[in-house]
Amino acid sequence: MKKTLYDKLFDSHVVHEENGTALIYIDRHLVHEVTSPQAFEGLKLSGRKLWRINSILAVPDHNVPTTDRSTGIQGITDPISRLQVETLDKNCGDFGVTEFKMDDVRQGIVHVIGPEQGATLPGMTVVCGDSHTSTHGAFAALAHGIGTSEVEHVMATQCLVQKKSKAMQINVEGELGLGVTAKDVALAVIGKIGTAGGTGYAIEFAGSAIRGLTMEGRMTLCNMAIEAGARAGMVAADDTTIDYIKGRPFAPKPDQWDAAVSYWRTLHSDDGAKFDAVVNIDAASILPQVTWGTSPEMVIDINGSVPDPKDAHSDVQRQDWERALQYMGLEANTPVSDIMIDKVFIGSCTNSRIEDLRAAARVAQGKHIASNVKLALVVPGSGLVKAQAEKEGLDKIFKDAGFEWREPGCSMCLAMNADRLEPGERCASTSNRNFEGRQGQGGRTHLVSPEMAAAAAVSGHFVDVRQLM
Amino acid sequence: MKPFTLLDGLVVPLDRANVDTDAIIPKQFLKSIKRSGFGPNAFDEWRYLDHGEPGMDNSKRQINPDFVLNKPRYQGGSVLLARENFGCGSSREHAPWALEDYGFRSIIAPSFADIFFNNCFKNGMLPIVLPAEIVDELFQEVEAQSGYQLAIDLEAQTVITPSGKSYPFEVDAFRKHCLLNGLDDIGLTMQQQDKIKAFEIKHQASQPWLFN
Repeated sequence: MKKTLYDKLFDSHVVHEENGTALIYIDRHLVHEVTSPQAFEGLKLSGRKLWRINSILAVPDHNVPTTDRSTGIQGITDPISRLQVETLDKNCGDFGVTEFKMDDVRQGIVHVIGPEQGATLPGMTVVCGDSHTSTHGAFAALAHGIGTSEVEHVMATQCLVQKKSKAMQINVEGELGLGVTAKDVALAVIGKIGTAGGTGYAIEFAGSAIRGLTMEGRMTLCNMAIEAGARAGMVAADDTTIDYIKGRPFAPKPDQWDAAVSYWRTLHSDDGAKFDAVVNIDAASILPQVTWGTSPEMVIDINGSVPDPKDAHSDVQRQDWERALQYMGLEANTPVSDIMIDKVFIGSCTNSRIEDLRAAARVAQGKHIASNVKLALVVPGSGLVKAQAEKEGLDKIFKDAGFEWREPGCSMCLAMNADRLEPGERCASTSNRNFEGRQGQGGRTHLVSPEMAAAAAVSGHFVDVRQLM
Repeated sequence: MKPFTLLDGLVVPLDRANVDTDAIIPKQFLKSIKRSGFGPNAFDEWRYLDHGEPGMDNSKRQINPDFVLNKPRYQGGSVLLARENFGCGSSREHAPWALEDYGFRSIIAPSFADIFFNNCFKNGMLPIVLPAEIVDELFQEVEAQSGYQLAIDLEAQTVITPSGKSYPFEVDAFRKHCLLNGLDDIGLTMQQQDKIKAFEIKHQASQPWLFN
């Protein structure tokens, strides 16, 4: 039988199946400080052990400050945040789990460091108590977010109770235009199918435009599969995947490499495999995207205007749009390029990898942030991304342009640390969610690519990045 | 886990689509290392007019009288009636913890986000999917009648309105069994540990690099 990539990944991990509910084996478990303390506590209370300690890699990322790290954990001024990071350190110590602590150069956002270390490999099942675990599907892995009860379950049993999802293929054929990035593809897909369009599905991104993306671009795209409602997004393995992995610390050892590669080359959907849904998108039709509302599906092209609730296709949607316009402080029919911004955030598990920083730096180079922009943050995804960027002089380009160059972490994507928007502030953000209050209570988030964020920073309002190229 | 069998509960209507888990429990409350105590901060940014932080005395905060949870007629609600794509966004299990801690045992909506839906079952809560037109009808009935209750029977898989209308719902057999009996998933999976070990040995033999 012809199989989809999802079929291959799922079927090869089934330990046991009964009445359509399967127990699937988990190869890699990534852990961070926010969704793990209750799981470790549960294990301790029930006297259970970790099933396979070396499947776990832990890192604090959500609560860590992005300013000075010289005082380590004591530098976290919020005592509740500090306790959460201390709890992760203690739990990892108690259970013998590998952890990249706050002062480790390898520390960073969990979805950046997994791939960076080669800890995410093709053919793996990957879980983490974080919905953006879908990122790792870029490596032809089956990766998705889980809740804390499931974190504890995987820790204790190395398995997850799962029902197989349906399979959706999203084909993006053709060439992406100048200034159009993986982020724009992700937002355009969500705009097309909606935030619930992928609910119940595992999405495989395919087509020549996807094959043409770098691993960083594929990670950006799979990262936002969850914003389309799909727990998992994935891309078939190819030379780009294999070249990225080679030589990374957790990659197969030299004597395992050839066998690994020959297996990885089978990780694609068979010709003629049946999908439950197929969506086709013409790459050339995608323009730089900007979200205008409080859900990622509320997105438009840079040369578009904020929609009018009169044009909504249902009462529920009309109310949704009205509420979003009110929260965002926007009038219907305002051209996107007229929207002025207060802050800029370049970072997050969606867009904080080296390629993202290079792209933003190219736009910012030789320019300066506009006078109405109060703060423009660049937060690298990991200590190693930061070091690489500094080696290339990107930090200097950003600082010269008036951006702040910070330490790695989740930062203003969800504002659990000190980086946040104040009520009413408007932000051009490379993160993944524009929900009410996401970047700080009353804050207004517009999701864009790193290039578009940099362009907005130097212009003071949204602008078609292609005009600056 | 608390078993779920029958529920006769006051219904609270939350008339918004795409309610995300950031709205259900804002990020500042995720700093807790406990599983309990999130109820007073469920829907914090909608429920209160001032900014909430962990450790605050919520009884002294300024409540938003327009928010449905604050209306006198909905006090003591245990069934949340919601719109499509409820629980989208972040995987935080703090969202079902907050709803459960508040007192909700069941949520009825036309659709749910996958991770949230799954997390509910792990916490003795029953998310029920009913067709959009029935949910619409329930919204109208709740608005029209103070003290509106629904009777939910998990064994029979029915939701019964005060006027006696009965709506069937689907629930996965395994999840139903666990909810009815309040079963701990981990204990059940541990019964399969020989199979897990056997799988692991085979898996390691074919892809040793996964175990480096």
